[in-house]
Amino acid sequence: MRRLILALVLSLAAGLAWAVEPDEMLADPVLEERARVLSRQLRCVVCLNQDIDSSNAGVARTMRLLLRERLVEGDSDAEVLAFFVERYGDFVLFRPPLKGSTYVLWLAPFTIFGAGATAVALTLRRRRPGAGQAGPTALSPEEERELMQFATTEEADRP
Amino acid sequence: MSRLLLALPALLAVAVGGFLLWGLDPARDPNAVPSARIAAPVPEFALPPVAGTGMPGLSAADLRDTGEPVLVNVFASWCVPCRAEHAVLTRLVREEGVKLMGLNYQDDPADAARWLDDLGNPYERIGSDIEGRVGIDWAISGVPETFVIDGDGVVTFRYVGPIIEPDAQAEVRAALAAAGARS
Repeated sequence: MRRLILALVLSLAAGLAWAVEPDEMLADPVLEERARVLSRQLRCVVCLNQDIDSSNAGVARTMRLLLRERLVEGDSDAEVLAFFVERYGDFVLFRPPLKGSTYVLWLAPFTIFGAGATAVALTLRRRRPGAGQAGPTALSPEEERELMQFATTEEADRP
Repeated sequence: MSRLLLALPALLAVAVGGFLLWGLDPARDPNAVPSARIAAPVPEFALPPVAGTGMPGLSAADLRDTGEPVLVNVFASWCVPCRAEHAVLTRLVREEGVKLMGLNYQDDPADAARWLDDLGNPYERIGSDIEGRVGIDWAISGVPETFVIDGDGVVTFRYVGPIIEPDAQAEVRAALAAAGARS
């Protein structure tokens, strides 16, 4: 039983562990931290919805090694990302850049939210009494008389 | 103005509906990994031969100014679909005179040599990419993957996955023909 629990705990721990293996890590902690931040922005081209930091795929490991190599050679963060974009296009980035082909992608949420908020605001303003138009007004003497007439004829018709 | 506002929900519905229709298009493959390498010259690389095969290695120079379309096939002995694809590639080479180059991806040379001994070797040259770096330069997303290079060394076509189905074979043949017509 105890063994079973140990196995369970270990397998859970393994699931939480990063895919980055010790032999990949850089000795310089600052560079290694930069590598980790960058590798979370790059898409694994095999697993698609995973970043290369957490992917166990062989290609992801190769990409992590290449990324660290570039950092050691003195590339800036932007240069490292550009290295992968040059090969795989913007697809490899989890945050696509704002440009002609991605305007719809970036602006759609704001546009739809803005349209919804405007619609709600307009509806609420229309409903509020006393705003814009006058509220319920008193009946004119003529309308009053008409109403009385209706009421009395109704009364008279009753059996 | 208010009439425009009234039309807004309908316009939004049309826009969102159009987007969803686009998403349902069976011809669109959301898993396709785009490559920035298409219509660009072959990447700069030089790979050593696979030890034990007696075959020459592969470098960018071998693919430049060949004057005829060339097929570059990324394969590995550990890749099961590659085995099925191998027969198709062999037939393309033998019966249709296609020029075929190999890129042996993250493979143990001994395994690769044995694999080629068993199945036959349709490749003209094979580069050994043990570390998989040249694979990244080619922007591959997995094995197998096949590229058509035209006579000027420009990548004109890329097929992801094994070329087995008749449709896939037709696509590759068409790409080869188009690449041949260009040069």
